This record gives sequence, C-alpha cells and structure tokens, in this order.
Amino acid sequence: MSLDRRDFFRLAAKTAACAAATPRVAEARPSPKLPDEALGLLFDGTLCIGCRACMPACKEANGMPAERTPLEANGQTSAVWDAPLDISGHTLNVIKAWRDGTGLTKDVVHDGYAFTKQSCYHCVDPSCVSACPVSAMTKDPVNGIVSYSVDACIGCRYCVAACPFGVPRFTYDTPKPVISKCQLCRHRLANGEFAACATVCPTGATLFGKVKELKAEIARRRRLTPGSTTTFPRGRLGGTDSYVGRVGRYVPRVYGEREIGGTQVLHLSGVPFELLDKPELPDVAPAAISETIQHGLYYGLIAPATFLGILVAAARRNMIAAGKNPDANPPAVKP
Amino acid sequence: MTAHAAPAPVGGRLVTKTTVVLAGMMLAMGAVLVLRLVYGLGAVTNLNNGYPWGLWIAWDVTIGTALAGGGFSTALLVYVLNRGQYHPLIRPALLAALLGYLQAGLSVFVDLGRWWDFWHIFWPTYAQPSSVLFEVALCIMAYIVILMIELLPAVLERLHWQNARKRLDRVLFVFVAIGVLLPTMHQSSLGTLLVVFGPQVHPLYQSNLLPLLFLTSTVGMGYAAVTIEAAISSVGLERPFEKEILAKLLAIGRGLMGLFLFVRLCDVVYRGALSHTYTPSLPMFTFWLENALLSVPLWLLASKKNAQRAKYLFLSAMAMALGGIVYRLSAFLVAYQTGAGWSYFPSLGELTVTTGLIAFEVLGVIVAVRLLPILPAAPERTLTP
Ligand code: SF4
Ligand code: SF4
Ligand code: SF4
Repeated sequence: MSLDRRDFFRLAAKTAACAAATPRVAEARPSPKLPDEALGLLFDGTLCIGCRACMPACKEANGMPAERTPLEANGQTSAVWDAPLDISGHTLNVIKAWRDGTGLTKDVVHDGYAFTKQSCYHCVDPSCVSACPVSAMTKDPVNGIVSYSVDACIGCRYCVAACPFGVPRFTYDTPKPVISKCQLCRHRLANGEFAACATVCPTGATLFGKVKELKAEIARRRRLTPGSTTTFPRGRLGGTDSYVGRVGRYVPRVYGEREIGGTQVLHLSGVPFELLDKPELPDVAPAAISETIQHGLYYGLIAPATFLGILVAAARRNMIAAGKNPDANPPAVKP
Repeated sequence: MTAHAAPAPVGGRLVTKTTVVLAGMMLAMGAVLVLRLVYGLGAVTNLNNGYPWGLWIAWDVTIGTALAGGGFSTALLVYVLNRGQYHPLIRPALLAALLGYLQAGLSVFVDLGRWWDFWHIFWPTYAQPSSVLFEVALCIMAYIVILMIELLPAVLERLHWQNARKRLDRVLFVFVAIGVLLPTMHQSSLGTLLVVFGPQVHPLYQSNLLPLLFLTSTVGMGYAAVTIEAAISSVGLERPFEKEILAKLLAIGRGLMGLFLFVRLCDVVYRGALSHTYTPSLPMFTFWLENALLSVPLWLLASKKNAQRAKYLFLSAMAMALGGIVYRLSAFLVAYQTGAGWSYFPSLGELTVTTGLIAFEVLGVIVAVRLLPILPAAPERTLTP
C-alpha cells in the first residue's frame, strides 16, 4: 500500500470522527408542536355533494384567473371554461371525484363514488418552509398558516419538489413566474372573514375553525351512529350556520392527523384514503430529518470550523512554513 | 526523482475547427436562453409541477460540479497531505473546477424562475439557514470566488507580476484550505437536498447517509475526471500521459468507491430496503447499473500490474465517472417519484443549454491552457495546431 493512501485515510478517519462527534453536541432538531391557536379546515367527504362551489369561490377570493381546460371528446379537443382537473399555478383548490364500477352509491367501495378536496394541508412541520432558501415560505407561529411571499421568492421550486402532497405549483407559462398555494385565505381573516371555500360550502363539508376544536368535532362525529341525523356546523366552527344531515360511515383514519408530523387540514372519508390518491406518508416529518442532519453537521459551525482549522494548519505547514514556494514545483519526495 | 517541469502556456491558434464548433454550440444555447427569458421556463423546458427540477439541476449542477471535484480533491492531496508528486495535476484540475462551477452557477441562474431576485439568498433578512439549498448556493458561490483566487498565480505569472505573485503566495494557503472545506460541505449537501423529499425518493436512494454517499462519490469522480482530462490532453496535445501519478490517484479513488459501495449496501440492509434490490423497477435497474460501474475499478485495478496500465486506468476512470453520473441522474430524476401522472424527459431546449454549457467548459479549457501556464511544459513540444 502506498504511503499517500494511508495518510489520506488517516485524515479521512479523523474528519469522520470529528463529524461523528458533532451530532452529539447538537440536539436533534425538535419537532414543532401544533400551535394552540392553529387555524385549519375539516373536509368531511361524506358531506360533500360535489357541487364545486368552493372552486370558483377560492378563485374569486384569491384573484386567480380562470383556466381553459382541454377536453377530449369525440376525438376533438375543445376548451371548457374553467373546469380545472387539478390544482395548478392558477388554481389553489379542487374537488376531485373518485368512482368505482357503476359509481352509483356514494361513499361505498364497490360501484361507489366519493369526493375529496385538494389544497394545502398547512403542515405542522412543513417541508416547503424547510426547503425554501429565502424564507418565502413561512409558518405563522400563532395560527400556523403556511404563507408564501412573492417578494422574497426566487423561483427555485425546491418547495414544489419537497411538498409530499404536491401542493405548491409554479407558473411555468410566464416570464414572471410565481408559486401558487392556498394560504388559508389569510388576507380575509383581518376583515373578520374566513376561508372562502368553507364560507360557500352549502353542507359544511369544508369547515373552517381552530384545529383543536375541529379535532373535537371530528371526535363527536365519529361517536355518532352512522346513518343517524345530526346538525353539522356550516361555514366555521362557533358560527351560527348549520346543516342537518346524515352521519357518514367513516373509515377509521383521519387523514392529516399524523402524516409527516400532522397537518392543520384534516380529512374524514367514507372510503379508504388510498383510493382518493392521498399519499401514504410517514409520521416523522422529512423536514425534521433533513434539518437534524444539517444542524448536526453545521451546529454552531463547530465541525466546519474544526475542519477548516486542520486544513489551514496543514496547508500552512506545507505551503509556507516549509519555506516552499507553494505553487512552483515542490520536490516529489516529502522532506 | 526529479522535479516537475514548470507549467507553461501551450500556445497555438485559438481559432480552430474545434473551437468554432464549440462557439456554435454556445450560440445555440444563447438562442434558447433568450426564449427562456422572454417566454418563461415552460417555453423551452419540459419541467412541470411533478418534476420541477430537471436536467439543469441534475446534470449541470450535481454532475457538473462533481466532475469538477478534482479541483478540491487534488488540492487536498497536494497542499494538505503534502503529496508533491501530484503537483502537475493541480492547475489543470483547478481550471476544470472553475469552469465546472461557473457553468453550474450559470445553469442555476437561468433555472431560477425569478432570477432577478437571486441576491435574496445572500441577504440576511431573506436567508434561511435551515434550508439545504441555501447552504449549497452559498458554498457554490463562495467556492467560485476561491477557485478564481487559487488560479490567480497562473494569471500573475503570465503577466510577470512577480511582486503581486509573491504577496499572494504568502496568504494562498488560507484560500486553499477554504477551497477544500467548501466543496466538502456543499458536495455532501447536494445529497442532503434529497432528504426533505422524504418518501418521494425511492427507498433504494432515500437515506440519511446521502451526504456521505455524495461526498465519497464526488471525490472519486473528481479523480476520475482528472485522469480522463489528462488522457485527453495527452492525446490531443501530444504530451506524455502521467501514468504513475494517475495510477496513485485512481488507487485512492478506487478505495473511495469501495467505501461508497460498502456504505451503500450496509445502509440499504439497515433501512430494510433490501427487497427493493430485487423487486423490478426502474430505480432497481439504475441501482445495479451504477453499482456495477462503480465497482469496475475494484476488479480492473486489483493486481499491481494492471493498476499501472494506461488502458486499465482510463477504463476505470471512465467507469467511475459514468457510475457517478448515473447515480446522480437516478437519485434526482429516476428515483424521484412524485405520484402518478407526472413524467419528465429533457426537452431539446434543455439539452441545447446543457451541451452549450459543456462547450463553454471545453472551450474555456482550450483557451486557458493555450494562454496561461496551466499544463506542465512538455520538454520538446512539437505542436501541430
Ligand atoms: S401541504 Fe405542502 S405546501 Fe402545504 S404546508 Fe405542507 S408542505 Fe407546505
Ligand atoms: S420557489 Fe420560491 S417559495 Fe419555493 S422554495 Fe424557491 S424561493 Fe422558496
Ligand atoms: S382556504 Fe382560501 S385559498 Fe385555501 S382552498 Fe379555501 S378558498 Fe382557496
């Protein structure tokens, strides 16, 4: 074995030892808790009647343009006015329908159909916020709303790639692009209004409120007998509007309760969430893992500073102290 | 052993068939970039909301800078580990590194949707240090500056500014040290970039050890690139192939690739992803392809005799570089699966920009070695332009 190789690995081992020692100094990045006053939405798919009133309401509230949706029919492509099939750079909220076989009965798996909502989940530990290099994605410490600042954004699309729900969308079709995502209508809160989608929902399928109270409402619904009649709050929790309807036969899972550390938008459903294209996600937030690695390696810049110290000392010895002209042909053999 | 010949400009004509073709490729890139600026990214790329990062990030940045890794891994050997025998390689490696990083920086810049605000990354009120991308961007920018300083002696020599040269020599060690630290940081972080994607990255690729895997493969790829460049310039410029030195360099690279493969296998087992190594999928295929390529030097250079043969060295270097390329492309584009309905394949426009940037690098090398003292002077040079 050549001498250089041994030396190289000795240095590599030293460096690795330094690096390995640092994570012990640095705490694993703690997982954030749901803020006490966190605001959010409850989407109860068993109440949704698929009217899609929330879609144009969302557009109007957020000043989003209508979209032309190409529709293939009879071998021809026509343009249907604003019937987006998915969220996009110009659409923050869509209601999607799932169906099986004849699609006759609501909320059953065989020959049934169901509705689901797609919009931002306002994660407790959001990947988009962790990813954004310029603080354009931020999470409000009080109400937990994840907002976007176009003035800060540089359009790198790391948030688009990072969000496990595929929520942030980029406008590729313009030279002055932006990121589009639901910000829980935060601009309406100041006027005493709330999420436009929840405001217009006729059945309370989309319900706005404090996440803690929404969770209590979920627990209440799940205690009721499926098929019985009950009064559902409509619009927002604690408001005066209500809707009398049937209690759904819920699947046991509440989507958003534990996905990547929990979210502030929670979904109830009558059919399994896999059918509704909801991604299967771990409980631990990828943001927490990523930041634990970053903070572990760079905590207080101890590891980089130590490494730099070693490098400077070694380079100084070899380039200056030895009295050599650093860049002009040192002898091939170490003195 | 004798001292090495001092670096000297190669000289010769700048306008040749090759350089004209390269300039043409850059012109084509320029045309695409004009379209990009006027009509937006969608007009020239196949990027979409399922694949927001494409060729320009996966190739130009993660591969372009890894192949430029020879700059810091050779500096580490020469100046930090005091391996003087590698000295003839240092300036060519630094030059390749500078050009590689410049093209990566340029690529990121045109990839940014809101490029006019790119300075936000460096602005304290915007900076977000927990973001992996923040660190990568900062380190890459800083490293470009460091590389320029590291190459400054060549320029000063050329200008015969001996005093400035001497003064720079006294502090150069600081920049050399930073020039090893920064790539160590951001090359590992290029791997960490994927961690926040969580389950969107295939289990064969998603790992908490991504920073280590990216770092080890970068150093190996860097040595491979130095070898390949040396081989090409020995043929193209008719100068001796520094076989002994390169053999030692590749021996280190070989060790690192062995380490890479070992760590990766242990990690796959530890994470319980072993079943994915035989469950047919595209990531499974690329996983085996890159591992096979990276293991080529392990057996090709196994015997002392073969480890000295120019052909074997060149083949090993090619396999290492290719393996690293496949690894990065698959980690960022193949293993990144963001749900049904999304697909991505680079557009002609994206390819034109990437090839234009490669042309920029090659042209940069040609012009620089002809004008500046980069390559060691060949004793009796009979150069036919
Ligand atoms: S759903 Fe996506 S965009 Fe919304 S907060 Fe979570 S990570 Fe961010
Ligand atoms: S695209 Fe904008 S918001 Fe998203 S990560 Fe990049 S800078 Fe942040
Ligand atoms: S909260 Fe507002 S922005 Fe979000 S989906 Fe509802 S209407 Fe749209």
